[in-house]
Amino acid sequence: MIPLTREQMAWRAAQDLPEGAYVNLGIGIPTLAASYVPAGREVIFHSENGILGMGPKPEPGKEDPYMVDAGKNLTTLVAGGCFVHHADAFLMIRGGHLDVSLLGAFEVSEKGDLANWTTEDPAFPPGVGGAMDLAVGAKAIRVIMEHTSKNGEPRILNACTYPLTAAGCVKRIYTNLAVIDVTPQGLFVIEMIPGMTLEKLQTLTEPNLHLASHWQVLAPPEAPEARAA
Amino acid sequence: MIDKQVKTTADAVAGVRDGSTVLVAGFGAVGVADNLLDALHEQGARELTIVANNSGNGDYGLARLINSGRVRKVICSYPRSGDYSAFLKAYRANSLELELVPQGTISERMRCHAAGLGGFFSPVSAGTKLGEGKETREIDGRLHVFEKPLKGDVALIKANKADRWGNLTYIKSARNFNPVMAMAAELTVVEVDQVVELGELDPEAVVTPSIFVDRVVVVGANV
Repeated sequence: MIPLTREQMAWRAAQDLPEGAYVNLGIGIPTLAASYVPAGREVIFHSENGILGMGPKPEPGKEDPYMVDAGKNLTTLVAGGCFVHHADAFLMIRGGHLDVSLLGAFEVSEKGDLANWTTEDPAFPPGVGGAMDLAVGAKAIRVIMEHTSKNGEPRILNACTYPLTAAGCVKRIYTNLAVIDVTPQGLFVIEMIPGMTLEKLQTLTEPNLHLASHWQVLAPPEAPEARAA
Repeated sequence: MIDKQVKTTADAVAGVRDGSTVLVAGFGAVGVADNLLDALHEQGARELTIVANNSGNGDYGLARLINSGRVRKVICSYPRSGDYSAFLKAYRANSLELELVPQGTISERMRCHAAGLGGFFSPVSAGTKLGEGKETREIDGRLHVFEKPLKGDVALIKANKADRWGNLTYIKSARNFNPVMAMAAELTVVEVDQVVELGELDPEAVVTPSIFVDRVVVVGANV
């Protein structure tokens, strides 16, 4: 059984971004999803620092110091893109104007509680950035994360152990082993990697899992082809 | 004749008092009025409260103010950005206070002051550590926390072009916090790359109207 790579997880999440959607991608694996939007589908990416219509990273020689993304990496603007100031960028986030917010996470609970802003390391100051804003506003809030911690401990829990970013906000979780929907009736596995069973997945997940009747095999391309967004 | 242009960055920050709340625009190192921050360092005001998204880089601009012990408190969303060693050192030495505020809440609190409003209820941070101790209200079945307006004594703004009235335009993502902070301070000071003739800025493209601007100084050559 081979868990998905970061690129494959991002590819899977990108398949669910509908035509015409306005989408914010969190820092880390979610950012990779921009490269895997299916050909012919137009998705508009939002960046918290005031870019609507963000493009891929610049080609060598075309870097522009006035164009950075939420992680302060150099980026580009697509044709049709525009700039807004910070209050408007967050109005779009908070006010329900984005269709999808795709976030990284440390932990997600059975009820969809999200913990992704601090591990409370006493050696460093905490930073929240736009994490709490991104976790409340979008029409659909989805998470991409490794199914377990580096030590093999479940990260999908009955209750988060790290401080919450927002309660009950996550609706879908993409992991390196499965795709899981968070519903009022509990967690429903809608996809699993080849060879995975519900019993095995359950041993890596704290809350009770249900297998959706329409579940499918999760089998992204071995090395998904990245496209310029 | 109205002319908000001053000759030097020292003139631009003249009169900033000890204990002032200073709105420092920018996101990471983009769109930051570093020349005005250096001038404020020279000017000497102390016990400052800084409102910014991040906490300065290296040993210039905001980081230099922190290293010189001029900053009493930082209100920001994400201090851990770039080379934030100046902030980290002061934070670990307990020589400054950190008020951590979600990014959208910081910008909206300033917009709220600019709009003459007494605060707002937001779902952001409700039920989390950052919402603790705040007044709450359930609105349409959802928990909200009350956020107060945030006012600056002075705002340090980085724009691209200005005219003598103080109308401003920006460059790309260097706009970020600048327009909101320009509206939210008692004294709004702007460093620009260029001052153009009145009437030369396309009125449809002016981002910050002159009513919010007090002083303009030319510092750069990004024409």
